[in-house]
Amino acid sequence: TKTPRPWSIFGYFELDIELHEMLDSNKDSLKLEAMKRIVAMIARGKNASDLFPAVVKNVACKNIEVKKLVYVYLVRYAEEQQDLALLSISTFQRGLKDPNQLIRASALRVLSSIRVTIIVPIMMLAIKEAASDMSPYVRKTAAHAIPKLYSLDPDQKDQLIEVIEKLLADKTTLVAGSVVMAFEEVCPERIDLIHKNYRKLCNLLIDVEEWGQVVIINMLTRYARTQFLNPNESLLEEGGEKTFYGSDEEEGKEDKVEAAALVVKRKPYVMDPDHRLLLRNTKPLLQSRNAAVVMAVAQLYFHLAPKAEVGVIAKALVRLMRSHSEVQYVVLQNVATMTIKRRGMFEPYLKSFYIRSTDPTQIKVLKLEVLTNLANETNISTILREFQTYIKSMDKDFVAATIQAIGRCATNIGEVRDTCLNGLVQLLSNRDELVVAESVVVIKKLLQMQPEKHSDIIKHMAKLTDNIQVPMARASILWLIGEYCEHVPKIAPDVLRKMAKSFTNEEDIVKLQILNLAAKLYLTNSKQTKLLTQYVLNLAKYDQNYDIRDRARFIRQLIVPTDKSGALSKYAKKLFLALKPAPVLESPFKDRDHFQLGSLSHLLNAKAGGYQELPDWPESAPDPSVRNVEVKYPTSREKRKEKKVEKPFYSDSEGESGPTESPVNSSPDSDTGSGSGSGSDSGSEDSGSESGSEESEGESDSEKDEKDKRKSGKKKAKKTAPEMKKWRIYVSFCVALLLKCSFPSPQAASPTCGPLKTYELLHRITGEGLAVTYCFSRRPFTGDPHMVSVQIQFTNNTEVEARSLRVLEPKLQSGMRIAEFPEIDVLPPGEISTVHGLFNKLINCFSFTPFFVTIQPPVGELMMPIFMTENEFKKEQGELGTRQAPVFMGLAAKVLANLSRVPCGSAMECRFAGKTVTSGSLVLVTVVTKEERAAQVTVNCEKMLIGTMLVKDILQALSQ
Amino acid sequence: MIHSLFLVSTAGHIFLEKHWKSVISRSVCDYLFEAQGKASAPENVPPVIATPHHYLISVYRDRIFFVAVIQTEVPPLFVIEFLHRVAETFQDYFGECSEASIKDNVVIVYELLEEMLDNGFPLATEANILKEMIKPPTILRSVVNTITGGSSNVGGTLPTGQLSNIPWRRTGVKYTNNEAYFDVVEEIDAILDKSGTVVFAEIQGVIDACVKLSGMPDLTLSFVNPRLLDDVSFHPCVRFKRWEAERVLSFIPPDGNFRLMSYHVNAQNLVAIPVYVKQNVSFFETGSSGRLDITVGPKQTMGKTIEDVVITVHMPKVVLNANLTTNQGTSTYDPVTKVLVWDIGKLNQQKVPNLKGSLSLQSGAPRPDENPTLNIDLRIQQLAISGLKVNRLNMFGEKYKPFKGVKYVTKAGKFQVRT
Repeated sequence: TKTPRPWSIFGYFELDIELHEMLDSNKDSLKLEAMKRIVAMIARGKNASDLFPAVVKNVACKNIEVKKLVYVYLVRYAEEQQDLALLSISTFQRGLKDPNQLIRASALRVLSSIRVTIIVPIMMLAIKEAASDMSPYVRKTAAHAIPKLYSLDPDQKDQLIEVIEKLLADKTTLVAGSVVMAFEEVCPERIDLIHKNYRKLCNLLIDVEEWGQVVIINMLTRYARTQFLNPNESLLEEGGEKTFYGSDEEEGKEDKVEAAALVVKRKPYVMDPDHRLLLRNTKPLLQSRNAAVVMAVAQLYFHLAPKAEVGVIAKALVRLMRSHSEVQYVVLQNVATMTIKRRGMFEPYLKSFYIRSTDPTQIKVLKLEVLTNLANETNISTILREFQTYIKSMDKDFVAATIQAIGRCATNIGEVRDTCLNGLVQLLSNRDELVVAESVVVIKKLLQMQPEKHSDIIKHMAKLTDNIQVPMARASILWLIGEYCEHVPKIAPDVLRKMAKSFTNEEDIVKLQILNLAAKLYLTNSKQTKLLTQYVLNLAKYDQNYDIRDRARFIRQLIVPTDKSGALSKYAKKLFLALKPAPVLESPFKDRDHFQLGSLSHLLNAKAGGYQELPDWPESAPDPSVRNVEVKYPTSREKRKEKKVEKPFYSDSEGESGPTESPVNSSPDSDTGSGSGSGSDSGSEDSGSESGSEESEGESDSEKDEKDKRKSGKKKAKKTAPEMKKWRIYVSFCVALLLKCSFPSPQAASPTCGPLKTYELLHRITGEGLAVTYCFSRRPFTGDPHMVSVQIQFTNNTEVEARSLRVLEPKLQSGMRIAEFPEIDVLPPGEISTVHGLFNKLINCFSFTPFFVTIQPPVGELMMPIFMTENEFKKEQGELGTRQAPVFMGLAAKVLANLSRVPCGSAMECRFAGKTVTSGSLVLVTVVTKEERAAQVTVNCEKMLIGTMLVKDILQALSQ
Repeated sequence: MIHSLFLVSTAGHIFLEKHWKSVISRSVCDYLFEAQGKASAPENVPPVIATPHHYLISVYRDRIFFVAVIQTEVPPLFVIEFLHRVAETFQDYFGECSEASIKDNVVIVYELLEEMLDNGFPLATEANILKEMIKPPTILRSVVNTITGGSSNVGGTLPTGQLSNIPWRRTGVKYTNNEAYFDVVEEIDAILDKSGTVVFAEIQGVIDACVKLSGMPDLTLSFVNPRLLDDVSFHPCVRFKRWEAERVLSFIPPDGNFRLMSYHVNAQNLVAIPVYVKQNVSFFETGSSGRLDITVGPKQTMGKTIEDVVITVHMPKVVLNANLTTNQGTSTYDPVTKVLVWDIGKLNQQKVPNLKGSLSLQSGAPRPDENPTLNIDLRIQQLAISGLKVNRLNMFGEKYKPFKGVKYVTKAGKFQVRT
């Protein structure tokens, strides 16, 4: 074979032929070499579109690298060669059906990158299909494809929104960032799509990849601005409330009551728990290594957090200042805006903004801006001392900026005005003209504030006109002399004389000021200056610049009275020598914060295309219940998916378990509700749990005493809540005795692990994602034969880890024992963990943090099977007390208690035997089927209570 | 988001372009050249330039402008951070990020860029994932390539790292020697004034790790004195909650080199400045000359030697030449860039290095009224100046016993003495 030669030796024509040959060959290595050369051409910006037909043939090549390079080529040139590009489509369509998820994803990626309008329907179909793919990676690719299709054909918007809506509901971290990106590009106005996914996004956030985090945080900032109330609206938090909530637990109760009363009177602002959730879940991201993430969180806090909490971002932003200079540049721009509104935040970090001689000029200028914004009465002396060293810098642009900064400090802080002015006057003798010029301009502004005091400075400056050449400075001096000519009556005409001499050689702005000076002198001192003014006006009349000619004409009409211009010239003095307001030296960053911080628009101070306005806070909060997620059981398929993919790694239950957060750590706002006693602020969650327990009530109306117990439990919970000031939800849960039992297995005497009835202890909605079920495993417990083994199964349906699951304070009745199961340290999301707990009595309570649950075993589970013959059975039966009840039923033999079946002669009769676990008393059950679907149940047991309950249970079960 | 990327050399040569959406003409870079013309140095080119139809967001690194073309609103830091990540990836792959190395590996560069962005939105930026998909060039492979006429850069297996919940670590890592090394590197940022008083000083540190461990090790790194750490930022692998609660770093490491954390030392702890500097730089009104006298000596070194001491001075433009003598190290003055470099080397207690001599100025030019700043570079081995100490490193999840090591270094960061 021919060894490929470097392409640069050949002319294009020859090269093309050779590449064609290589692409057509059946050797992968030659194809690869050809593709590498072609890609190198593309990279250099050379046109390689002639090769399209030859390249596109190789789209189905087996060699994976050739294939990838062909994709690169195809995406680059498909737009130019639409017809030929269609040849490749079928390959991708095949790829979309591949069993390998990565191949499916890559096919979709390339297909959606081909910008050919004809394939829009194919793309749409592919995206829709991929959006419900099993693999989250393919779904992520689908999310990426959405904006591509949208930019190709905006008419598809409605359909794409449907796909976005579907993907937004996705629970995997892999998809979250990409779909929010698609949302931002396609339908950022459809804020309603976010409601249901808001909490999920907040909770997933920490596990999303860093680029997705930026997009999500920015979007959520906008969302929060439309849905929550301004936390800084009411001045409450600065007053009594803060001290109240910041206080320790030990603080006197009276104080609290008082403060609480105060709060009530002032119509307290209560932060929406969802608002709090966002702030809490974004805060750890300030520690991200990615500057964009840190900035995103910083802007979120700046725009959304209560004043008292915004401070946390300062440290992180200062940290970014050690990064690359481009990062510094952007961060400093944002800090500059922030320092205008929240100066106090950055004051402790003043020295971090000190300037080094090695900083690039643009960074120096921005740091100077920040330093100026931070200046106040207390630190001004330090800052001015620092500025003094800057003035000596070699970087003249920076020196000029420093002089401006000094001027601003002087106008803002009255105490140092004279000091600054003196310093600036000293600079007038600087060797560098630029420095002098800048000083003149700044001094001019300062003098305007109190001219009468400083006529000697004006005199000094008048002398400078001989030396200084910078037009702006000359113009400033002339304006000053003209404006305050009454303070320097002797010098002013002389300056005009000199200027008249050099008039023709001056720059335009200087000429205009000469005219101004002449006019003002004419009005105040016409005796000395009349001729000079005439001369200057005549010169100006023939100037090349029409502005100057205009001005001359205008001034002449005003000040030199003629017949025509009677009316106005009377007021000439008022017109020219009116008292002018002193200029306000403002930061160029003032009011920049109407742009969302961290955005391109903010940086440019101009609206960039596609910028979404940050809305103002609403007057009254929109309905928070829109974010409540419906109670919905996941279908089994979904569940499986969850288990497989969804194991976000590093977050834990902290994100979820808002309720356990103690008010000391949390903001003042979140516990206002519990302070007032009802826990109403926990809004959604609370109502969720309420309805949950109501449901359970409906189910378990059988036991009255239990109900009472539950009620008392609830009552207690309510009482303790305000006392402990903990934001907990107590759920008292009783399990109804719904017994659907399986057939007894033939080897009934042996411990059965067959289908067991599981009971729900905690529903996943009520448990905020933690579902707890339990069942009685009917296995003998190894440690203690007198205990019943219960298998508790925890399922974590959330995206985060749950930690430290344990029995908190088991409330046992006398005589009860409980063998506590070991604490589960970490329960990763989607996982199931099983523990065995044991108890030996009728009713046991397990109290979980923060859930209060009750395990109520059906009486049948408190028994264990024993094996006996029919005769023994009959013998024992005679000795025991009997409970009987007639029953109508379809089929008799159903096991609802842990008993073993006793062999029995009659087909009409079933007998079961067992003993209670604790005391070992015998329990015998006989079910006799009678005619017409009726049956007689007999239970023999020495314990009357157990006998009665068992009969009741069996009855209930059978009658269903 | 990111529409196109251009790589431009300082000389204004566009040597690579990549488009993720429709092609944008390279003439858009003219706006960059215009800005470059206005700026005194490449560092002064504004990172964000608005043009009539596009926005250019660029970073300048290793003498290359990485120019991203943007059409719509996007957080500028997002793009800047990404561009730096691209540069770091090149650095990682080719050993250096230079025009030559990028041109030599243009196909790999293209393949990398293809994987890093999809439609302008970052897709895979973790080095571990990228390396699974696209193999970095090695000498052996390039030899094989020349002989056989080209083998594949692209990994034969499809990467699964992207799908896992720890995207930064590749799967199936195997080493015969399992090692984990941690470098605690601290930098002193300081500004001293004329008299040697500290105007501003702080310590920044990073912990760089080189972890070559098989399987899925779960590491825990604890400190003797974690309270010193004031502000921290972590690699995404670090479990933040563990840090919050226990002040330990718990993480499943990426494979290879990575920056585990960076930190800032609590400002309350006074920073020990390891050297003192006495200097006198003066220019005379007459005779167009000046005098320079610099003395450096060790101050608080905690018994360690200070090495690699270099003092750099950017002289005013009027300084034509310097006639200097020193009792230690070498000094050079470049009359073109006006930079004086005094390479001292080790500082020892007995002899105090001194540099003195005269400066000749451009005749007739006025005496410069600015004084140059001294930039000091130094290095102290086996010392973290803040006193931070690693307590222990534990490994869970794997059976083998890894070899562990921690190294401490203190360096001068932005250490300036004003004159």
